[in-house]
Parts: sequence; structure tokens; C-alpha cells
Amino acid sequence: MKTRTESHVDAADVAVPGPLAVTDPSGASAGLPRLRVTKAYKMYVGGAFVRSESGRYFRVASEEAQGDADPAGVNIPRGSRKDVRDAVVVAKAAYEKWEARTPFNRGQILYRLAEVVESRAKELEHSLVRAGQSRAEAAREVAATVDRAVFYAGFADKVSALVASHNPVSGPHFGFSVPEAMGIVAVIAPESPSLLGLASVVLPPITGGNSVIVVASEADPRTAIVFSECLATSDLPGGVINVLTGYGSEMGPIFAKHREISAIDAWTADEALRATLEREAASSVKRVKTHPSPNAEMWFDRRRGQGLGFIERHLETKSIWHPVGV
Amino acid sequence: MKSMTVSEKSEAQKSTKDLALDFGRAWEYAPSPEATDHVKIEKRYELFIGGKWVAPKSGKYFPTVSPSTEETLAEVAEANAEDVDLAVRAARRAYDGVWSRMRPEERGKYIFRIARAIQEKARELAIVETLDGGKPIKESRDVDIPLAAAHFFYHAGWADKLDYAFHGRKARPLGVAGQVIPWNFPLLMAAWKLAPALACGNTVVLKPAETTPLSALFLARIIEECELPEGVVNIVTGAGATGAAVVDHPGIDKIAFTGSTAVGKRIQAALAGSHKRLTLELGGKAANIVFADAPIDQAIEGIVNGIYFNQGHVCCAGSRLLVEESVHDVVVRKLADRIKTLRLGDPLDKNTDIGAINSKMQLDKIRELVASGEKEGAQLYQSTCPIPQKGYFFPPTFFTGASQSSRIAREEIFGPVLTVMTFRTPDEAIEKANNTMYGLSAGIWTDKGAKIFHMATRLKAGVIWGNTFNKFDPTSPFGGYKESGFGREGGRQGLSAYVELDG
Repeated sequence: MKTRTESHVDAADVAVPGPLAVTDPSGASAGLPRLRVTKAYKMYVGGAFVRSESGRYFRVASEEAQGDADPAGVNIPRGSRKDVRDAVVVAKAAYEKWEARTPFNRGQILYRLAEVVESRAKELEHSLVRAGQSRAEAAREVAATVDRAVFYAGFADKVSALVASHNPVSGPHFGFSVPEAMGIVAVIAPESPSLLGLASVVLPPITGGNSVIVVASEADPRTAIVFSECLATSDLPGGVINVLTGYGSEMGPIFAKHREISAIDAWTADEALRATLEREAASSVKRVKTHPSPNAEMWFDRRRGQGLGFIERHLETKSIWHPVGV
Repeated sequence: MKSMTVSEKSEAQKSTKDLALDFGRAWEYAPSPEATDHVKIEKRYELFIGGKWVAPKSGKYFPTVSPSTEETLAEVAEANAEDVDLAVRAARRAYDGVWSRMRPEERGKYIFRIARAIQEKARELAIVETLDGGKPIKESRDVDIPLAAAHFFYHAGWADKLDYAFHGRKARPLGVAGQVIPWNFPLLMAAWKLAPALACGNTVVLKPAETTPLSALFLARIIEECELPEGVVNIVTGAGATGAAVVDHPGIDKIAFTGSTAVGKRIQAALAGSHKRLTLELGGKAANIVFADAPIDQAIEGIVNGIYFNQGHVCCAGSRLLVEESVHDVVVRKLADRIKTLRLGDPLDKNTDIGAINSKMQLDKIRELVASGEKEGAQLYQSTCPIPQKGYFFPPTFFTGASQSSRIAREEIFGPVLTVMTFRTPDEAIEKANNTMYGLSAGIWTDKGAKIFHMATRLKAGVIWGNTFNKFDPTSPFGGYKESGFGREGGRQGLSAYVELDG
């Protein structure tokens, strides 16, 4: 058992996770250590934290000696087909309302998310450190994640101006084309960076009005769950982003077969998984994009790690015509 | 219209029993066929590969038949996998050697040339299109051919402006595009495919539909005359096996397909793991929604245009009519009257409204689905117009009282057959309109502007026509939601299908 004084984490830096044990504050136990409360890590679906319906889990190890509230390893839900189906139900309902909000409102909610992530920076950094990063790396990643949220917050009400068009058709008609969300976008998040990568692939689709079901990094799903706690305490309506944990290679094909999912954006997929996703998606003419796993550093690049292309990929174009005349 | 004599007028006035149906002789038209003598169709067409007309390695030819006369117009080479391979190699050589290196403005000038040449030969192309495909000459003359020229002209101008198109992202061509097109708008579909591909710097292997290869071969002649570098456009004729050879060829970087959803799904599955880019423009079952406050007579014309244009061989045809319940009976009565006045017959006749069904196979499919509609208990309305002895024809038809789950309400018929259903509230109309795997187009008829925007926002379809239907333009992106495919054709948005962006 470690005490606060033995940990190299300064208590003042750690807002939420306590040390593994402290002396019982009431003093009633007379010198015996207080039993800490460990956290059950759960997936985030429809605004609620849920275990996998399957009851399955996988172990994620932690770097030791971090003064965390958790033991050296934690159990993470291993999502199943039923979990995907449940997520689709809530994501579908959430998408319809989310898309109907004004882009200004979506932008404000994304900004609120940036505020919440900033305020929980220490907790997120701590989770990244437990996953093996240095404190400096973790701080850099969290800062970049906040900035990414701010980037898309400011993009929500500008997308249309950039991708919509007036179509000067040859005839007595007024024609224009507007972008519209596709529906539910299923994402397989990058393995690394587990936080910035996740934010970078789930925020653009929701900026455009989609809802998202994402499988978090297999290597560090815990940070995705801590990020979900940011989602839960921002003003983002439940179901707009649903975070599943588990194996991308298992969940991906389930996404591909589900008819209510409109698109797949896979950032962790080997050639075999890529082929499977593309083949299974054909039965519902799903839009599938698989990406060769980028260097983790790409996500920190303001030109390559973010941009209009990330949003546009999950938009449909709707062209509208009306006669002009009296 | 021929003017009536006094006696004819009084004769028409005498019979007032059913005004709507008593046109006297006012609707009789003298035959007015388009002259075809100046159009020369060869007896046999080879493949157009590497800028040359080459005999197919397959050694096989197939007849292309005029669906309005059932006469063979020409025989056309059938490309096998070996022929497709030669075409892909020619396209690759042209891409590496010339087309990708050419200054974009020069590329654009070649495409402008094609647009101009199509306009010069518009009459001839319209006749070929009508002979080979069966569509009325007034449609090929006034819609297909001018739009085909417009597509080339429009995209020619993009060739040297791609740096403006993607908000600072740099676009580069994909390489060799394999394009497989349908039989309903043969030349227009070739233009939709070729023009953006070429403008963005790709070279092409194009496979026209087996029942309508001629206009694409005439286009090959034009491309020859325009002196495009050899191999930039290659045209391989054939049926499904030829298309599959194009799709499966490892030397192709991008597949663009327009056709049925069933075939589109097969192509998408076949390309899995291949790293080829894909865009699909597939089927539809569009809702055409008529509110009680719509200008009903205009709406009737829109309904007719929506479903009977091009014999209903239109992926975005308004094949499900959703009528607000309170005006259902009047719409049905007017529509039943109106379809009796549509003139069916010789597609070459300038007065013909409804031409020939494209093929025997398609006619059989239409008959089968109409029979299913009757069997499932819907009420049939059909024009009693005379049907020519020769050729494949089907009279304008609609059903009422069909359930949403019936085949005629769900499946794409791709013929002059409309299914009429009703709704009571805008929400119900949206629910019913979106209750399909397709999402290509939709129509809204109402006099209330706010209602049009309300509906247009909620309908899940790529093209929405408010108080109009079946309008197309190269500046207007076209393409579907859901199982109607992905990617757009036309407009700035359509360029994305043929470029790789750097960010």
C-alpha cells in the first residue's frame, strides 16, 4: 500500500483520483488505512454508463506507482453485438434531434465540451500517464484535445457556407445544394494517441450533425472512458457520442452489417479487417472509409489532423430545385 | 396542334357527357417522323482502344436492336477480359505519358472541343439515341443531347480551376477510371462520367450498356475527331461480363457505376479490400408528394413528367405518388384523364410522348410487377391507347389502393407505372416518403413556401424538386442517400469523385 507521501504525484495536481489509501479522516479506525473506492469502468451509451450486455471484459494494465484510485490493472467491458444494437437505437434517436439543432447551438455545445475537458485536464493526463505516457506527453495531448474541440466548435456554423452551393442551372429554376448529416457514423478510433485520436475522429462527424458510435483504442480504453465522463458533464445530449470499448476487429464487422449505420470510419484496421468491413458494408451500400494507421504525431498537426475534410466525409449533399416565376 | 374546323368544334360541344374524355378529333396528329436518312450507322462496330478501332480478342459481336421496331441496327464488338486489359493498359499509358502531365487549361480545351462537337452533331446523336434506346425523339433532342454537351462544357471549365474547388486542399487525379453506365440515358450518362473524370486529369475505360451502345460509339468518333491523345478515353462494349472485367481489373484506380442497386451492391462487395475508389449511382423509389394546397393541374403535369418521362426508365422517377387524402379523388380522376392523352408510339415521331420500353427483358419485368400489383389487390388505371404491333411498348399505368408493403410500392419498376398512396399530415408524408431503402429524389407540390422547406429538410433524398420534377443540370450535384448510392455527379461537389485531396 502506498500513501500520498510515497507517490511522486503531487496531491495538488490531482483533482479527482485520490491516493491508493490515506489515513481514515475521521480517525475512527485509529491509524488503519482508509479503504479506497475503486471505479468500475463502463461504456458510455445513450448518456449512461453501462457494462457490456455480454458480461465480457478485458484487462488493461496500468503503470504502477501513480497514486491512482485504481489498482494496477482494471477491467474494461468488451462490447458485443447486442451492445452495438443498443447503441444504434439511442444513436438514431439522438441523431434526429442533434441534426435539427442550429449549427450555432451545436458549436456552443462543442465549446462547452472544450471547457469541461480543460477543467478535467489533470484527470485525463493522469489516465494517459497510467497508460504509459510521460507527464509532459500527456499534458501536450490533453491540451491538443481541448484545442481540437475548440476548432470544431468554431466550425459548426461555417461548414455550410463552405460546402453548400447555389447552382446556376440553365432554366427558370432556383437551385441550391446543402450539406446534411448522414445519420449514424461508426468509428474505429486510432490506437494512439488514445485521447487526441479519439476526439479527432468523433468530433468532426457530430459537428456536421451526425451521431457517433465509436470503439475506443484497445490499448488505452480507460482514457476514452474518462473522456466519456467529460461528454456526460458537458451539454452534449446523450446518444450523440456513444463510446464502446472492446476489440475493433470484433466490433467493426458488426457495424458493417448493421443497416441503420450509415457510414464507417476506420482508423485502426489491417488489410483483412478493411476487406471485411468493405464487403459486409455492401449489403446496405454503406459509406466506408478505412485509413492507413497514421503516425501518432499526425494528430498534433493542425493541417493534417483536423480540417474540413474530416467533417465533409460524413455529409450528404442535397440538391433542391424550385421554379422561378409569377 | 392542328386547328379545328367549325363543324368539329360544334361536334365537340354537343357531347358534354364527359368533357374530360371527349376531345373529338382535336387530339389527332398527322405523323411527324424525324428524318433518319442522313444518319449513317455502320454494320459493325469494333472496340475503341488506344485511339484505334480494334477487333475484339473475344472474336465475338452482339446485335444491338431497336426496341421500337425489333430490327437489328448494327453488331457491336463484345469485349472480354483480355480486351478490357488492353483498354486499361492504353488508359494507363495515356495517363502516365500525356494526360496527367498536360497543362490543365489544355486538358480543358480538349473537353470544350467535345462539347462543341456534340452540339454540332446534336441532330444525328438524338436520332441514334432514339433508334437504339427507344426514347421519344423530343426527349433525346431536347434533354439528353443538350445536357450531354452542357456537361462537357461545364466540366471543361473546371480543369484549370481545381485549386479553387477544395478550399485550399490540393487535388490530384486518381489515375485510370473504369466507368459502367446504364441504358436509360446512354449518351448523357457517358457525359456525366467522362466529363468530370477527364477534367480532373484521369483517363477512362468506359463500358456502355449492351442494349444501347451506339451513341457512346458515336461519341468515340467525336473524341477521335477532337484529336484527344490516344488512350485517354477507351470504350469497351459488352454485357455484364465485360462490366465485371472492368470492375475486377487490378490496373484500375476508380470505379464509377450507374445502374441498379442489386448490381451496385455486388460491385461494392467485389471491390472490398482492393483499394479502388468507388462511387455508385443506383436505384430509387422517389416519393412525389402532393398537398391539398398544391396547384393541382400543375401538379398533374409534374406527376406525369415525374413518372412517364423516358417511359419511367429514370432512377429518380417519381414512382410513388403520395397525395393528401382530401384531394386524392380529384387527383386520381385528373390523372386518369391525363394519361389517356399521352401519345404512345414511334419514338422518332416528334409528337410521341411515350416511346418504346428499352428491351424485351425490361418489358417482361414491368409486366411481372404490374401483374403483382393487381394480384396484391391494388386498382389498376391504364391508358387504352393503341399499342404498336412491333416493338416493346407499355401503356402509361398507375395503381391506387396499394399498401405500403406491396411490391409496386417498394420495388423499383423502372417503367411507366405509378403507385398512388395517401397521407393526412406532413409528418405522415415524411414517414411514408422516407420508408424505403432508397433515397435518390423526392418531389413536393404545395403553394406554401414554408412547407416546401419543412419537407425538403426532412426528406432523406439527394435531390428534392419543389413544384417541379426531373430537372437536371451540370451545375447541380446529383446522387443518392442510403441504398441509392454514394458520391455526387455534377457541380463542384461532383469533382470529389475523381480526385485525391491532400488534407
